Amino acid sequence: MADLRYEAPGTIADAVKLLAAADGTARVLAGGTDVVVQMETDLIDPDLIVDIKKIPDIKRIAEENGGYRIGAAASGMELCEHDGFAGAWPGVIDGVKLIGSIQVKGRATMTGNLCNASPGADSVPPMVTAGATAHVVGPDGARDVAVEDIPVAPGKTSLGKGELIESFHFPARPARSGDAYLRFTPRTEMDIAVVGVAVNLTLDEGGVCTQARVALGAVAPTVLLVKECADAIVGTKLDDAALDKLAAAASAACKPIDDKRGTREFRIDIAGVLAKRVAKIAYDRARANG
Amino acid sequence: MSKKLHVEFTVNGDEYDCLTEPHETLLDALRDKLMLTGTKEGCATGDCGACSVMVDGRLICSCLMLAAEADGAKVETIEGMAAGGELHPLQQKFLDMNGLQCGICTPGFLVAAKALLERNPNPTETEVRFWLAGNLCRCTGYDKIIRSVMAAAEEIRGA
Repeated sequence: MADLRYEAPGTIADAVKLLAAADGTARVLAGGTDVVVQMETDLIDPDLIVDIKKIPDIKRIAEENGGYRIGAAASGMELCEHDGFAGAWPGVIDGVKLIGSIQVKGRATMTGNLCNASPGADSVPPMVTAGATAHVVGPDGARDVAVEDIPVAPGKTSLGKGELIESFHFPARPARSGDAYLRFTPRTEMDIAVVGVAVNLTLDEGGVCTQARVALGAVAPTVLLVKECADAIVGTKLDDAALDKLAAAASAACKPIDDKRGTREFRIDIAGVLAKRVAKIAYDRARANG
Repeated sequence: MSKKLHVEFTVNGDEYDCLTEPHETLLDALRDKLMLTGTKEGCATGDCGACSVMVDGRLICSCLMLAAEADGAKVETIEGMAAGGELHPLQQKFLDMNGLQCGICTPGFLVAAKALLERNPNPTETEVRFWLAGNLCRCTGYDKIIRSVMAAAEEIRGA
């Protein structure tokens, strides 16, 4: 076991300094529900842990420019209990609610769910369809990065040495917008997505879809934002023909593996089935927001 | 040798301070440093809920939190559940209705169920089952646990 050093800096600048200067393996500790397990099971043997929870405002959930700013260490339960955020982005909450148990959500964060870079991370597809951006801080300054550009491969992110996510921004939503996320799992709780689908859409006054984003999880090395899926439903009222096109586009975009949780063929098929169901939920939610 | 960290927190209202290794979990500190062994280790990976405790009013798995993170925290464990030697209604119902067999999962179930009833005194059976999805029991088949929680909720509401 490495000579582990634990630090809990009081500013984001100090966190960056610690991470940038680290020799060996360094890990950011937000909720810890992945990092502590990986330490416990000897998957990682870090030399430095930087606990960010002592940084002021790192757990904030606040309105900003008509949207929301979510601090990196806001826990899943805090997000689920925040009526404003949960009301604005029910599809994101669909995903957050599926991250482990109540106990796990008491600690786990969307930031960790994203940076753990599992293809099956449940909060990631709805964050992508929301158009959320990560505010990344590092030794060379800050940058805002689309959520879909953070994971690059299973377990790997695009963050450079010394960089960490300080917060997310969720944009303001037009009227008549709705989002949703569903996953397929053999069990209803405490499971890992075999396939996950998120849809975020906006309707005009007549109920015609004017813009849409569709993202697939667990069917490729990283989350997929699929333009062909959006194209299938934009300009429609999500009639059966549009939904069939959406399903076909979702299945066509999948690049899944076979594993113990599902075969390649099953995942491709289910992605289409779920895409239809999720689009209908998002549509109904958008109608209700009219 | 990792540098030890001095942490202070309260457990069930009592102040504790101890030296912790950076990799030591709150679960290990509770059991091995403070000798509060009511909190159980099942999986040590956050899947079974046997180590459930409250930290600053939030239900968590103590195996998923480093002891160092608990500095300044208010921790509540199963040892604080029976007030003045009198069992909490949940504890009494688990006994009366055979809500346990081997008992390893029981402290976690009790702590988790108490957290539920404090925020929702009148849960449906479905709500109880979903809330307790992170607590695994390999003996009872869950039904007696769920019935015990429902009965305790009814008793608390009537009290």
